[in-house]
Amino acid sequence: MDHHLILRVITKILVAPILLYGLYVQFHGDFGPGGGFQAGVIFAVGFILYGIVFGLRRLRQIFPDYVVHRLVALGVLIYAGTGIVNMALGGNFLDYNVLAEKGYQGQHWGIIAVELGVGVTVFGVMMAIFYSFAGRPPSLDDKEW
Amino acid sequence: MAIDFDIDFILGHINYWLFVILMLTGLYIVVARGNLLKKIVGLNLFQVAVFMLYISMGKIGGGTAPILTGNPDEVYSNPLPHVLILTAIVVGIATTSLGLALIVRINESYGTIEEDEILELDHQKSQSEIIKVAKEASNDS
Amino acid sequence: MELVLTSLLFFALVATAIAIALVRRLFAVVMLAGVFSLLAAMLFVLMDAVDVAFTEAAVGAGISTVLMLGTIALTARSEKQPASYSLVPLVIVVLTGLVLIYGTLDMPNFGSPDAPVQQHVGPDYIRKTPEDIHVPNVVTAVLASYRGYDTLGEVTVVFTAGLGVILLISGLGRRPRRRKREED
Repeated sequence: MDHHLILRVITKILVAPILLYGLYVQFHGDFGPGGGFQAGVIFAVGFILYGIVFGLRRLRQIFPDYVVHRLVALGVLIYAGTGIVNMALGGNFLDYNVLAEKGYQGQHWGIIAVELGVGVTVFGVMMAIFYSFAGRPPSLDDKEW
Repeated sequence: MAIDFDIDFILGHINYWLFVILMLTGLYIVVARGNLLKKIVGLNLFQVAVFMLYISMGKIGGGTAPILTGNPDEVYSNPLPHVLILTAIVVGIATTSLGLALIVRINESYGTIEEDEILELDHQKSQSEIIKVAKEASNDS
Repeated sequence: MELVLTSLLFFALVATAIAIALVRRLFAVVMLAGVFSLLAAMLFVLMDAVDVAFTEAAVGAGISTVLMLGTIALTARSEKQPASYSLVPLVIVVLTGLVLIYGTLDMPNFGSPDAPVQQHVGPDYIRKTPEDIHVPNVVTAVLASYRGYDTLGEVTVVFTAGLGVILLISGLGRRPRRRKREED
């Protein structure tokens, strides 16, 4: 896509706000619409946009395959790990009340941790799927579209 | 079953009927079209129609989104269907992409993503295998 | 006003769905599917499901369009003209539709506050969230705390599906490293 000057300029302007918005959605999910599922997708969309316009090779320099594959597993581990920590502190699995002195504070910590796990896994899976599809040699030329 | 089809009943149920129409358009695409990618799109339409049915059951007339405002008189729609569907959408895209990956592999093995051509190729292959086995059997005897 | 908006959105949705069924160019099909998702997201907002609308707009119109375009690039550009049209699918679809519509006759009216769905679990969540969890967004509270197990399962499904895609069409990328070890 070297010849699409407008796309390249606009993408450079857009990527940073998209990532910032993804973070906002991730950590503001308790108070407004949003949460880990949406944030993971939006965060991935920011990088996928960059990858489409500037090429997969440059995206892979930022996020190599093995990092993405580890992120996929890391999110599930954060989620389940939160549950295990609760058990270690004397509560039930995924019962966040034991995480802090007051029950509702523990709930806040628990929700943030769990949403982070969800966001990391969804982000990793979306990136991994995009890499898989975009990494294969295409059977159509640009002209055929 | 005694139901009077007055305007109240029709206005209260027309949303379900419209969801059924949307869902059946998706079902028709899945059943009648041979292109595998189009089948996946049809399944997505089907899925979104089911999501709409769930969400519409949680709606309360005059209610608002289930984000607490602190006003005790506020009526909120039911949050439970929202939670179920929210996760179902993300799971849906993950499974859709699995289907798309299968399509890519099918295209690499068969060179086509049309259902009837794939069946034809499968048929030819099994035919030639039968002939091969029969020849070997006759050679042995 | 709400009724007018809802019906307008519905006609647009049905028109898009029929267009998807008729169009042969797969590029157009994928773009129409994105339009369908955006319209569905608007309908979700009208039905008070802001979180769901958010997800549908991000996932349906964003990611799934990209993935389907990627699939087209790897496979074929347009659908083949079918050799013959059969009436059987249409008959099946119409029969299914009649059964489903018969099933809806017992349903409560749209938006009625005394429907069975509104009597049990949902109102409890809304009442208890301010005491138990102190977050305004009940959907997040139910998703992450009350139904944490459920969400853990969903995340595992997403994880497994992602793993399936990786294994099907790209592999885990171990091969280069093994080759390096052989060279040593």
